[in-house]
Amino acid sequence: MKNTYLIKYVFLLLFVFSATAVLAQSSVITGKIVDETNQPLPSATVSVVGQQISTGTDVNGNYRLSVANGTVTLHVTFVGYDAMDKTINVSGNVTVGFKLTPNSKSLNEVVVIGYGSVQKKDLTGDVTVVTAKDFQQGQITSPEDLIAGKIAGVTVTSNGGAPGAGSTVRIRGGASFAASNDPLYIIDNVPIQNAAISGSADPLSTIDPNDIESITVLKDASATAIYGSRASNGVIIVTTKKGTVGPPKINFSTSYSLANKTKDVDVLSASQLRSVIDAYDAANGTNKAALLGTANTNWQNEIYQQGQTNDNNLSITGATKNMPYRISVGYLDQTGILKTSDLKRGTASISLTPSFFNNTLKLNINAKGSEEDTRFANTGAIGAAVQFDPTQPVYVKGSPWDGYYEWYNTPNDPSSGVNPNTPRNPVGMLEDNHNTANIYRSIGNVQLDYSFPFIPGLRANLNLAYDIAKGAGNTFVPINAAQSYSSMGANNPYGGNYTNTVGEFYLNYVKDIKSIKSKIDVVAGYGYYDDRSTTFNYYSYTAAKDTIAGTKPAFPYSKYQNTLISYYSRLTYTYDDKYILQGSIRTDGSSRFSPTNRWGVFPGGAFTWKVIDEDFLKDSHVFSDLKLRLGYGITGNQEGISDYAYLPTYALGASAGLYQFGNSFYNTYTPSAYNTDLKWEQTATTNIGVDYGFLDNRITGKVDAYLKKTSNLLATVNIPPGSNFSNQLLSNVGNVQAQGLEFEINTIPIKTKDITWNVSFNATFQNSKITNLTLVNTPGFIGEYPPTGGTINGGYGAYAEFDAVGHPQNSFYLYQQVYGANGQPLEGVYKSSNGVNPDLNIEHSPYPTQIYGFSTSFTYKKWTASTVLRANLGNYMYNNIDANFGNLINIIPASGTINNATTSYLKSNFSQADILSDYYLQNASFLKMDNLGLSYNVGHIFNNQHTTLRVNANCQNVFTVTKYTGVDPESSNGIDYNFYPVPRTFTLGLNLGL
Amino acid sequence: MGFNQNINLRDMKTDFYKILGITALIASCLASCKKDLNRLPANTATANVVYSTPLGIKEGLAKAYSAFAVTSNTGGPGATDVPGGDPGNSDFLRLFWNVQELTADQAKCAWSGSSNPGISDLCQDVWDPTNAVLKGLFERSIYQITLCNDFLRQTTDAQLASYGITGSNVTDVHYYRAEVRFLRAYQYWVLMDVFGDPSYVDETTPIGTYFPQQISRTALYAYVESELKAIDPLLMAPHTNEYGRVDQAADWALQARLYLNAQVYTGTADWTDAMTYSQKVITANYPLVTKYQNLFLADNNLNNTEVILSINYDGTNTQTYGGTTFIINSSVNNTWSEGAGFYGVPNGGWTGNRATQNLTALFSDTTGKTDTRAIFRIRETTCDTLLSFTSGIGVIKFKNINSNGTSAASPSGTFVNTDFPLFRSAEMYLTYAEAALRAGTNTSQGLTYYNTVRNRAYVGNVVPVAGISLSDILNERGREFYWEAQRRTDLIRFGEFTGGTYLWPFKGGPVGGTNVASFRSIFPLPATDITANPNLKQNPGYN
Repeated sequence: MKNTYLIKYVFLLLFVFSATAVLAQSSVITGKIVDETNQPLPSATVSVVGQQISTGTDVNGNYRLSVANGTVTLHVTFVGYDAMDKTINVSGNVTVGFKLTPNSKSLNEVVVIGYGSVQKKDLTGDVTVVTAKDFQQGQITSPEDLIAGKIAGVTVTSNGGAPGAGSTVRIRGGASFAASNDPLYIIDNVPIQNAAISGSADPLSTIDPNDIESITVLKDASATAIYGSRASNGVIIVTTKKGTVGPPKINFSTSYSLANKTKDVDVLSASQLRSVIDAYDAANGTNKAALLGTANTNWQNEIYQQGQTNDNNLSITGATKNMPYRISVGYLDQTGILKTSDLKRGTASISLTPSFFNNTLKLNINAKGSEEDTRFANTGAIGAAVQFDPTQPVYVKGSPWDGYYEWYNTPNDPSSGVNPNTPRNPVGMLEDNHNTANIYRSIGNVQLDYSFPFIPGLRANLNLAYDIAKGAGNTFVPINAAQSYSSMGANNPYGGNYTNTVGEFYLNYVKDIKSIKSKIDVVAGYGYYDDRSTTFNYYSYTAAKDTIAGTKPAFPYSKYQNTLISYYSRLTYTYDDKYILQGSIRTDGSSRFSPTNRWGVFPGGAFTWKVIDEDFLKDSHVFSDLKLRLGYGITGNQEGISDYAYLPTYALGASAGLYQFGNSFYNTYTPSAYNTDLKWEQTATTNIGVDYGFLDNRITGKVDAYLKKTSNLLATVNIPPGSNFSNQLLSNVGNVQAQGLEFEINTIPIKTKDITWNVSFNATFQNSKITNLTLVNTPGFIGEYPPTGGTINGGYGAYAEFDAVGHPQNSFYLYQQVYGANGQPLEGVYKSSNGVNPDLNIEHSPYPTQIYGFSTSFTYKKWTASTVLRANLGNYMYNNIDANFGNLINIIPASGTINNATTSYLKSNFSQADILSDYYLQNASFLKMDNLGLSYNVGHIFNNQHTTLRVNANCQNVFTVTKYTGVDPESSNGIDYNFYPVPRTFTLGLNLGL
Repeated sequence: MGFNQNINLRDMKTDFYKILGITALIASCLASCKKDLNRLPANTATANVVYSTPLGIKEGLAKAYSAFAVTSNTGGPGATDVPGGDPGNSDFLRLFWNVQELTADQAKCAWSGSSNPGISDLCQDVWDPTNAVLKGLFERSIYQITLCNDFLRQTTDAQLASYGITGSNVTDVHYYRAEVRFLRAYQYWVLMDVFGDPSYVDETTPIGTYFPQQISRTALYAYVESELKAIDPLLMAPHTNEYGRVDQAADWALQARLYLNAQVYTGTADWTDAMTYSQKVITANYPLVTKYQNLFLADNNLNNTEVILSINYDGTNTQTYGGTTFIINSSVNNTWSEGAGFYGVPNGGWTGNRATQNLTALFSDTTGKTDTRAIFRIRETTCDTLLSFTSGIGVIKFKNINSNGTSAASPSGTFVNTDFPLFRSAEMYLTYAEAALRAGTNTSQGLTYYNTVRNRAYVGNVVPVAGISLSDILNERGREFYWEAQRRTDLIRFGEFTGGTYLWPFKGGPVGGTNVASFRSIFPLPATDITANPNLKQNPGYN
């Protein structure tokens, strides 16, 4: 099929600089370069190592080079094939032929899937692999950020700029309400706990990204169904680097980063605030100006700093006898841009992959450990810096509150007491708050894979794994800190631990039956997953460690445990290496459900047609790959819900909830709401996809369309009061439907000896809507209100979002602002159908309907420039900062202080905090350049062929194009408030191989 | 793959049996793990644990009581058993207080409807079925009823026997059960008074996903009356139970209130029973305390002869952002020159509730020097800007200060110790006076009782009034019970709540007040509960 490559002639034009003839005694080398099927490879590059000589092959795969006589090494490269060297002694014209073999980046790449792996060309599901070379570059602390913008249908949204804060990952959006929307993470065969342990910013941040070899994302249900219960939100398989056979290789990488805030919240300057106060005084005959100070403080400059990161990783890879190993250690020291936030992380990992008995028994042993020391900044300072009066200084002489300027009940009179209803000094909130935590985590497994010698094709695989962590922290606030004045400071410990254990066993039988052109591959297995967690409960303490009355916990610790038992099997039948039929079934039992509803059955099926291998495409000049995939599967979800929600139980209260009879205070027993009928949430996904490759895979990609229908949704919904011990109950109620179209294209427009240009682009169109949220048909039902999420700041029990039937989850639900003739919003005037009460209107959602990702890298000789851009369209954001602070009652509150406002006030002139107005709802579509990098591959150093050196410079969060007026248009919940801003980071790094 | 090119199907069959054998062997080893799916919580208990000890039962009883006071016992004051809104706004008294006071003539709140959903619509009488406060109260009341139902289900004699409770412990539980039935009847009275036709559940109702039936106001009246009569002999005699617990006097007091409003609830007046039961309480010896102010101070649990039943709060042990903590903090400004600490809440002062001039107009002297009930802090004498706390009259009747003037303990400087009187005997005196006046019988006894209440309020010798009219009764109740969550019920009984004859600031919306449609004397059933329960039909006027 690969006999002509006409279009590649275009690229030949780029070879004009090639092949400079060398005088003196020279000879001509000619030859033909063919592929593994002996088809000629035109435009392959042939060069002479160590000399400025190179050429390309012609349409028949032939090349011709003139070289000086002597020993020369020819180096042949071709896209998608392993490079090949041949050393020859030239003393006259000679013919040297090459037969190249497809390289690991091609379709023969092995892709890990659930309980096994397949060659990429035989994949039946929607699976995307991102390998280390395509990861996002720069200062990456959390592994999920490595794939941001790289895969269609996968969104990676930063949880903020705090050191180690991590990201929220959504694969094809999220359909669940009460249950988790996080994908299942599997790190080296260990399904890991993705719930944060107290003291850890992000559970994945305990893995050093430097140790990761590849990240595989399973998106559709035919791929994920084998993970059954836990796979409704997709699966992310992280594979770490492993040992390789050969002499020990040492790799050292180090980077240094500087991070700065990108943008401030637009607030009034000191002089603007003065004018507002003066105008108010003039209009009202007051003297609020007397409250103003004389300083000119930019509070946002006061709370932020330049963040620094130093990240180091050292690894040794090699093998002793039949024991390949890889050992690595890493150390990260990061200070955040918000003062007082920092993270120190040490990591160590070891991987051993020995094999025994003539390779029939393979062991895969991994252990990773990390220790994190984090200081969490008091993020309340972010909002306080917006609100705090800029005419006041940071420090004031004689302040009893650690020297900080604070508001008192009578301004400037400390003896009148700290004003309880005003913001605290933002700098004091940071510097006087010492929230430090220490986390230890270890993830490890031993996997034994045994091929039975007496039954060819049968192997058994046993995987025993653990994921344990313990964390402890303390929040100390000195007694002279205004932020905890009412409790005489704070000295509050916290902590917890968890232990997850995993046992998995499966048998795999593979049989090739040539006589009927068939191949079968059967997997049958069992899994046991046990998650235990403990949270310690403490008294609250003053700074002096005196217990605060009324804070005695009911129990010294809270303990939770849930267990999952699974049986699964998968049959893959391949006919003629062209038609692949796959079916899988998994049944899971969860301790979170009553014995009656405990077990869920999750089937999946897929059909794949490798069209490219059909005779009618054998001679195609255009297609180099074409594969059609059809998949259907049902997956379950129960992750994230309470462990015991089906059991009727009574909870003894804490000490602040006692009740007095006579002269005694009695503790109380509260019956908990329970639902014995709880069962698995189920998502049925239909996926149709095409994998394509053109021009010998210079252009590859895929197109997928999916329809996801979630039923028996686990949602906390309003129930009739009186029917249970609450007015809301976790129930299986409702349906969500999501559909999407995903498109990926990866091209290599230029591939020569000196220049390689890669371009990847992906696009996702997705929308989801709630189709039902009630158990019985309820006329007039709009949605669940109040919702379970979407609470906004500035109100007590106020929500900006709503789960409405016919709309996406968390759609905004606000009053429709009415505007005057001059375009000014009319305060308190909203659209109303009855003329009295304003109507809440469902409009837009936080979730984008279109997502684009673009990556490119351009390599010229030793230089590589690369960039990653992302765009989200159709996502909206509620600007809670403006809603809260952009009004007069915030500037001049009843509490007798002056506060600063956002400049939104100058536009709206609102007197009240009209937080339910859709005036604050903004289109937050954006285009971001995530990354811009330049690296230089120095190559061998010290004249040593085994050494390599690469240096790189990177800028992350380069720019954002958006109409959104707040600091960052991107958030996972659509509500902008006190968000730790994601900084712009500049990184210099080097990677040394020895 | 490719390990054996010459395979035949018979080999495969043999292999298949071998694999099957291996699989079966492994499967049998694994089946034993299934029992691990029965996980039980570590800190919570099942009913047979809770109700197997006298203390456990009393802690169950304490929950039925504490549900009046706190929002939740497990998560502290920031958590709630009745989710859906702000947890601090979800206790019984705060919700009931807002409904009874803000909708009426005396109290208005400065908090905007955006930041405190539902509040300003109540102040302006424009509430609709989505009102957050009404939803909160409906759900809180029924939640408390559900708790009572569970206690009654778990403590039948048969259940107690099965839990191993015997002897005098059983006798105690019989009293508990009667008290719990009272608490349930009280909440049904609230629902009847506020919502008219609410849902109905009792101890025979299942727990799960069940659609309760709607009950009519008249049927509910009959039920509440029958319950109160049924438990009368089962309760402890007046003054014999522990402080904070229900006795017969509370039962009579609620009956007196019920009968006084019988005409509103059923269309048929029952002045005779109102007199009978208020007289029973008065006879049972609940003399008015000498100093009116002492009824509303931090140590009002001590030496309090007047209060029949109270909701008990404690700044350390019974913390809530509702209840009297709400009443006191919401009425105080931290920037007042004397400081919020003067009222016992040094870290509080929420600048919300203040009185209208309709309250001060009831007093000829608002300084408190003649009528000691005038406990005001007057800065502006009219309330004409709804969202401004300073526009109106400060009410400082409730304080977290002891009767001897010392500050009361409050670890946070916000939570208070002041108990809230659900029933005090002054109400019984005025109930008797009103019922007698309306019935035209025993009016001189009624006049005496009226003067008893009036005279206590006055400093020095005061000339008893010689005759009273119905409007005197309403005004006296206005002076005596302001800020005590009684006003809306009183105005409805006197026909002044709706319509346009009696106006107050923001009645119906405008500053000067306007006509309010009569259907608003009953509140709408919450929209969420209408949609969650197909058995509920909305009250007239709200569709």
